[in-house]
Amino acid sequence: MGSIVNREAPLVLGIETSCDETGIGIVRGRSLLANVIASSMEEHARFGGVVPEIAARAHLEAFVPTLEESLRKSNVALADLDAIAVTSGPGLAGALMVGIGAAKALAVALDKPIYAVNHLVGHVGADVLTGDSIEYPTIALLVSGGHTSLLLVRDLVSDVELLGETIDDAAGEAFDKVSRLLGLGYPGGPRIDEAAAGADENAIAFPRGLSKPKDLQNHRFDFSFSGLKTAVARHVESSDLTHLGSIAASFREAVVDVLLTKALAACSELNVPRLLLGGGVVANARLRQEAIRRCKDARIELRIPPLDLCTDNGAMIAALGAQLIMAGREPSELTFGADSTLPVTQIQDLS
Amino acid sequence: MILAIDSSAGTSVAIVQAGETLIEHNSQNARGHAEAIGTLIEACLSSLQIRPTQLEAVAVGMGPGPFTGLRVGIAAAVSFGVALGVPVLRVSSHAAIALERQSSLGEERMLVTTDAKRRQRYWSAFEFPGPFELPQLVLGPDISSEEQLQVAVSNLGVFTRVDSEWVSAASVGLLSERLQSTGGSFLGSTPLYLRSPEVTIATVPKRVSQ
Ligand SMILES: [Zn+2]
Repeated sequence: MGSIVNREAPLVLGIETSCDETGIGIVRGRSLLANVIASSMEEHARFGGVVPEIAARAHLEAFVPTLEESLRKSNVALADLDAIAVTSGPGLAGALMVGIGAAKALAVALDKPIYAVNHLVGHVGADVLTGDSIEYPTIALLVSGGHTSLLLVRDLVSDVELLGETIDDAAGEAFDKVSRLLGLGYPGGPRIDEAAAGADENAIAFPRGLSKPKDLQNHRFDFSFSGLKTAVARHVESSDLTHLGSIAASFREAVVDVLLTKALAACSELNVPRLLLGGGVVANARLRQEAIRRCKDARIELRIPPLDLCTDNGAMIAALGAQLIMAGREPSELTFGADSTLPVTQIQDLS
Repeated sequence: MILAIDSSAGTSVAIVQAGETLIEHNSQNARGHAEAIGTLIEACLSSLQIRPTQLEAVAVGMGPGPFTGLRVGIAAAVSFGVALGVPVLRVSSHAAIALERQSSLGEERMLVTTDAKRRQRYWSAFEFPGPFELPQLVLGPDISSEEQLQVAVSNLGVFTRVDSEWVSAASVGLLSERLQSTGGSFLGSTPLYLRSPEVTIATVPKRVSQ
């Protein structure tokens, strides 16, 4: 395969297919040139959650149109690229493999180096595209339908540590399940937001998972949302739904509270006065609003990239690829595969 | 020169030209498609010492076959096609098997089946209008239990049954080349899935850390 020509400001195409968004982005160094996303979200709506096989089929269908649109928008020719970057994990194996197959063929056809990168670290990498990116170390809270992780990032390309993650459902998944319980539809986040508008978020005291002293010993920075989901279900069974708004608002408050309490505890205990948010759940206005308020009170610098860089996207993968190149890293071997549980410590999948 | 890919069984990559197979590289691993695909394409190019830009088309087997692996080869083929600005020629992997077996056996009707797991077979029935003609689909492709399959083909008359566990990319390439020269038709962009998506909701993967 080709070798890197430009390590100063490499032109990188990033491919992301780990869940239900087909994302292709193009960056030059730290500058965003294109970020095109095709989502199969609507196809999953009637099932109330992401169906892996439907997502994988949709990736194959969307790949070429998404690629072509990203080239058009950035006015870049494939031949001009310095490298290809692709998500190799974590995520849905069958979905990841579509992106990997496509990325490898592009790399061989164009004779370009390929970088297999970590999806979660990609969410952190999205921040470098915002122009005034965060300093390190930082705590990163990554929340979506597929993951809920708290990271300590000392260096984007060499030192990322997992502080905690969900032990059952992802936060976005909890929104979807509770939304279904309340008959509000899919995706849960925006539906619950609508129902919760103007309602009292302290009406019902729903439990905060893994927050009791005995849980904190073993799960200081881990999350759990299945107990909360069960509590909402019980509440729904034992009462009528006339106060649907306050159930939705109180549920949302419990999620937001536990996410931010743990994230800010990590900032304070590890003495890191910076917090970066990422993942699709950042679209939730209440989460952003509370994050701003609490970070201000605690004198923590808060970074929230624009929403289309927070949801799963190819630009963040391209950005992380570019960072690896700029840091002098060699490309991945062509032999890597999909790793649905790729740990965050593995920022680049070498083979 | 055509690059041909089939990942409906293992992963197979070949380069064909003017009715000849110039090279074929294979990985028999029925689960390692994503790992193998790049290396196999590269191996074909480097053994012939040709550049990708010398290729005039990409041919790909559209299945039927286990979905996850099948998609890897198709994704690679379409993206290779875009990268080089050459056409992607999509054919039935079963038709490629039929063409390959015909040259050695020369029968008139052929039932091709491949493993569909869960005690089912993917199958397609072809006939050959003449000794050097291309296979014509007469029934299928479909997915059936062995019992259902017997019923489905009971009116087919005399045929040779070919149960194959392997699809060669060279056959996919040679079939595409002949379809191209005879003005035959290719398949559309949707793989021959033949089975609806199994509905399971994605959940957070089991934790591996800590
Ligand atoms: Zn994500």
